[in-house]
Amino acid sequence: MTGPRTSRYARDVAVVAFAQSDHLRRTDELSEVEMVMPVLHEVLAATGLKAGEIGFTCSGSSDYLAGRAFSFTMTLDGVGAWPPISESHVEMDGAWALYEAWVKIQTGEADTALVYSYGKSSPGSVRDVLTRQLDPYYLAPLWPDSVALAALQARALIDAGETDEPALAAIAARSRADAGANPHAQLRGAVPQGDHQVRPLRTGDCPPIGDGAAAVVLAAGDLARRLCERPAWITGIDHRIEAHGLGLRDLTDSPSTRTAAEHAGLFDAPVDTAELHAPFSSQEVVLRKALRLGDTVAVNPSGGALAANPMMAAGLIRIGEAAARIHRGASDRAVAHATSGPCLQQNLVAVLEGDRA
Amino acid sequence: MTAASPPEVLRAPLVVEFPFTRSLGPVQSAFLTGLRERVVLGVKTADGRVVVPPTEYDPVTSEEVRDLVEVAATGTVTTWAWNDRPRPNQPLGTPFAWVLVKLDGADTALLHALDAPGPDAVRTGMRVRVRWAAERTGAITDIACFEPSDDAAPASEAAPAPHDGVFRDAVTGIVAEARLDYVYSPGRAQTAYINALSERRTVGERCPSCHKVYVPPRGACPTCGVATTDQVEVGPAGTVTTFCIVNIKAKNLDIEVPYVYAHIALDGAGLALHGRIGGIPYDQVRMGLRVEPVWTEGGRYPDHYRPTGEPDADYDAYKELI
Repeated sequence: MTGPRTSRYARDVAVVAFAQSDHLRRTDELSEVEMVMPVLHEVLAATGLKAGEIGFTCSGSSDYLAGRAFSFTMTLDGVGAWPPISESHVEMDGAWALYEAWVKIQTGEADTALVYSYGKSSPGSVRDVLTRQLDPYYLAPLWPDSVALAALQARALIDAGETDEPALAAIAARSRADAGANPHAQLRGAVPQGDHQVRPLRTGDCPPIGDGAAAVVLAAGDLARRLCERPAWITGIDHRIEAHGLGLRDLTDSPSTRTAAEHAGLFDAPVDTAELHAPFSSQEVVLRKALRLGDTVAVNPSGGALAANPMMAAGLIRIGEAAARIHRGASDRAVAHATSGPCLQQNLVAVLEGDRA
Repeated sequence: MTAASPPEVLRAPLVVEFPFTRSLGPVQSAFLTGLRERVVLGVKTADGRVVVPPTEYDPVTSEEVRDLVEVAATGTVTTWAWNDRPRPNQPLGTPFAWVLVKLDGADTALLHALDAPGPDAVRTGMRVRVRWAAERTGAITDIACFEPSDDAAPASEAAPAPHDGVFRDAVTGIVAEARLDYVYSPGRAQTAYINALSERRTVGERCPSCHKVYVPPRGACPTCGVATTDQVEVGPAGTVTTFCIVNIKAKNLDIEVPYVYAHIALDGAGLALHGRIGGIPYDQVRMGLRVEPVWTEGGRYPDHYRPTGEPDADYDAYKELI
């Protein structure tokens, strides 16, 4: 058996399993750990590993979403973290938890990793909650909500002639139609575009607000082959960030995504699949350009974040969905993208490849 | 709540407030103090760009930037978004446009609100001017918003004049107020626990794998990583496993010091919970003391625990629960 087609790192590391919850508008009957635990059990069962056999565990979540301090420590109960396990947490999307776990495996300190993330947005008002991540001096006092900031970006794209409202509606419609095949998605099939939320963005251009969780297992080398029939090798992964001030950026472009893609080796060979973390329809326009995706690439066959956008998990889900397509032979080389912050401020790009027959 | 009631999801308001006190760097201080004085300052980077609102460091090279310049209170909209339904705390209570505005003399844009009659009155490239807040304190909200202006864009870009950034009583910090409102639901396990408490019963949950009984239950066994599903009534009596004597009166707490706060292993529970010990002088409380809950009228949980009068428990009976 040959290794992955392109490898630029000390160790070959693959996504060997992926699981996610159903993504729902509310999960009042479940605490966070009650929501996460079935996903952890499912992803471990797919590999046959027990929690105690995992070399490193890393999670991503944000206490601000549900308003609960140190909620990630409660969720760790669902892992079975006693006696103490090697564990870490990022107050970010789980895609960045995956990055930390991948680095941990690269160092040789672990051969396997459990990565999970979750978001319970239903207890709060996520549009307002997200204003608290902004610059506290110049932005946060104005409480510009996440939809408003995305709408400023959408207007800039329309003014630049890169898209228009019908094109954005088509992205939204395609995403929800594709999500018809995704039983976990929150919005599936025909969903009306609705009224303007913040003009030019309509309800249909915005992601659904909901609760959900996701998990993946990473493994290195031959172990990955033992745990998974067709591992999704991470042949490149990188993340970059842009200046914080929105007025300092060209909102119609995403140089950080492009740079991350270059460092991840995306442009070395074509991809057949792209899972893009574009919570707003207009952001898919920016990402397609930055990643140079042609019409032959299947973009967000899962439905993407427009079909289900559990905060802190939707980025990890992009990596999981891309990997799952490789696992089942529907893709040979895929790109997965995750974003964080307003208007695609920070971006992670991972290239995944399956062994060729 | 009666036992016959269907299981309901419990809900309660949860308010999180966090007023951060933040200090300002020299550039931010000059900028925000300038706004108080109706002066808009930018900062010049090494390549000659004027950044407004100004940063402490060059966003491209990360070099420290300190050369302040004064820009105009008029400018041009670079992008906008119409907000029909203003949300709490936003700059205007009536429908308005979010705008990025490049002020005359600046090379970057500033985010704020534009007061306009409707979306048809807003376009990219339109001229706007600052509407100053009546009361100004040295904050970004000293700009109340922008308003349409019928002036023409300056024909030629005159270089903005240097400014020393010196004002009387410079603002050196801000208080960043924030309040977020949530509706909290405790989930399945804790809902069952709280519902039982309303009947003055303490109900934990047993791990199906290691059989430990968790009180209060959080829904998962942290050792085994599985759901705790079997409900087990514990207590009402229990054993003090360890304790401390509190000598400092807590704010808004109507309990005389000194008093004893203890870990109490209720009979049948696999771990101790904590509570106050009453009905006994503080200096007579000891490990192994047998106690029972004391409820007050309308109390949602035991007010405190008092001695049962039974002989003390053997150390071996509770040593694993300390």
